[in-house]
Amino acid sequence: MKHMTRATIPDDTLKELYAVMLTIRLFEDRTCARYAEQEMKCPVHLCIGQEAIAAGVCAHLKREDYIFSTHRSHGHCIAKGMDLKSIAAELYGRSTGCSRGKGGSMHLADPGHGIPGTTAIVGGCIPLAAGAALASKMKGDGRVSVAFFGDGAADEGVFLESLNFASLKKLPVVFVCENNFYATNSPQSARQPAVRIADRASGFGIPGVHADGNDVIRVFRTAAEAIARAREGEGPTLLEYTTYRWKAHVGPNSDIEAGFRPAEQHEEWMKRCPVEMYEQRLEQQGVLSAQERKAIFGRIEKQIDEAMDFARTSPFPKPGELFDDVY
Amino acid sequence: MPWTKIQADDSHTPVFFGGDERAREITYRNAIREALSQALMTDRNVFLIGEGIDDPGGVFGTTAGLKETFGDERVMDCAIAENGLTGVAIGAAIAGMRPVFVHMRVDFLPMCMDQIINHAAKWSYMTGGKVKVPLTIRAIIGRGWGSAAQHSQSLQALFAHIPGLKVIMPASPYDAKGLLLGSIAGDSPTICIEHRWLYDQKEEVPETPYMIHAGKGLVRRQGKDISIISTSYMVYESLRAASELEKEGISAEVVDLRSVLPMDEELIISSVMKTGRLIVADTGVSVCGVASEVAAIAAEQAFDSLKAPVRRICLPMTPTPASHVLERAYYPDHTAIVRAAREMTA
Ligand SMILES: Cc1ncc(C[n+]2csc(CCOP(=O)(O)OP(=O)(O)O)c2C)c(N)n1
Ligand SMILES: [Mg+2]
Repeated sequence: MKHMTRATIPDDTLKELYAVMLTIRLFEDRTCARYAEQEMKCPVHLCIGQEAIAAGVCAHLKREDYIFSTHRSHGHCIAKGMDLKSIAAELYGRSTGCSRGKGGSMHLADPGHGIPGTTAIVGGCIPLAAGAALASKMKGDGRVSVAFFGDGAADEGVFLESLNFASLKKLPVVFVCENNFYATNSPQSARQPAVRIADRASGFGIPGVHADGNDVIRVFRTAAEAIARAREGEGPTLLEYTTYRWKAHVGPNSDIEAGFRPAEQHEEWMKRCPVEMYEQRLEQQGVLSAQERKAIFGRIEKQIDEAMDFARTSPFPKPGELFDDVY
Repeated sequence: MPWTKIQADDSHTPVFFGGDERAREITYRNAIREALSQALMTDRNVFLIGEGIDDPGGVFGTTAGLKETFGDERVMDCAIAENGLTGVAIGAAIAGMRPVFVHMRVDFLPMCMDQIINHAAKWSYMTGGKVKVPLTIRAIIGRGWGSAAQHSQSLQALFAHIPGLKVIMPASPYDAKGLLLGSIAGDSPTICIEHRWLYDQKEEVPETPYMIHAGKGLVRRQGKDISIISTSYMVYESLRAASELEKEGISAEVVDLRSVLPMDEELIISSVMKTGRLIVADTGVSVCGVASEVAAIAAEQAFDSLKAPVRRICLPMTPTPASHVLERAYYPDHTAIVRAAREMTA
């Protein structure tokens, strides 16, 4: 897979990357639109603005490869191939949801697609991914594990403990840090010295790579190398992608008016919309015609319509189900 | 240090300092904010630390504006690194500071268990009482809107199990202010567990600083047929239940424990001896919980007074579900207390 770094990417792959990013964007947009109805009764941490990372990384993963994610996991789960219906139904608290209404937006899971679960405890997913990688190594099943987490999570002790262990054991795991510069409303400068998160990898003797997380091709190429390295038994890589969250930390609203983040900063990043930038690029390269784009858009919107309808017409769990699945 | 001038007082009456006991009606959130603000004002060794503590929202309003007043060295935003930073706070406390560590959710405390349990709780004892850890940790119980399994736990029993800690659970604005100030001024590591649903509660609260020491409960409502001993938000469900029961001719006494470690054994025993029946309503699970401890105290020390088996109204032994339908099945309310009381008095 190493040749991927420079080789031309097939048109089909380019289009697929676009479709995945657009699916994430449109699903999150729809969640925003529907949220005011107060029928999705759970906190939603949206990833609008950060779609390229999920798409670019997961493009290299097989169905059986593992991903572990956080409170902000919709995009990762969609990119890993999870059914929109089961995500939507979980947001609506229905028994047809991926976690049978027990988990909500913060605890999406789909073992059949290599998504053993997502955790809302910051940093919690990082050692879990290393552990799954340990299992893969012991079993020799050839799977790769990916941990997605934020810049905030990189300060948790478990992050460094996991890097250490994964490096020592040469585990097939890739640590993907989505650096959106904020943890809730704390800017990175209040939490970390001005050193790249990717540079922390060097202390453990593993590669640390930083790239623009809004450029899906950059993500695709850097992730290709890291995942190939993991698959070939050469050990872990830490990838840091800079990006920006458009919505508030939680919920469908913007927090810019409220003064949580500088308006200019927000506007600068809006100009670097990962979906739009990529759309233009594909158009310029003649890979995607306006007509094709419209067709993709229509297809995704229809899938989302169906997912939302499915969710809203699904039954709620029965009160007695409270006691199921504890063990 | 102004705090050291205050005499510790173990009576029910709070210790006022300042003289002016004028009270105004303020919310629970503002009572907390006032306590923190007055602590920062009175003692230069007090500082606040927590992820998002200077956020415009101000930890549900409880720290709003404090950074602007006291600066970012004393109202310190920090990394999400709970265990390490709890150790840092303990170290600072050992060296003479009085830190207040603020967590948005109780669920983040398990991250700090090593430092709290193995270090903060033991330090005084291991040093023969020579070194104290005057650390206050605030943590909030979430509830509802799909907070789910990792954002709504009531883990007071985990801490109440550890010798060397104090665990307070103020239910009213007056207590929130007094208990927090008492804890910050005190010399023991104290976990203050607040319930998110209490933040809009209002009460008359004196403006002047005052302290309430951990370990004393309060009778919130007198009664003679049954004691409902409760914590935190469940105090309100208990009071609601008592009003319902009154209509049926059952006179319920509602006791607010206020502190679960130390626990006011005397008050528990005297109430149970008076009424002869005991319901315990806690925000956590019943198994090995605070309610179990209250029941054990009654069984050991007021056994002869009991006319009916003790009942615990607590969370079922499952993690918190997300779907609102399951949330409804999960949380017991005043009707569960009323039902239990009826059965016990039938
Ligand atoms: C252990 C822990 N501490 C604190 C929190 C509260 N919290 C939830 S999300 C979050 C910010 C996380 O920031 P980051 O890791 O950068 O992810 P982002 O939200 O930016 O995607 C915080 C502090 C938590 N959920 N878990
Ligand atoms: Mg972040």
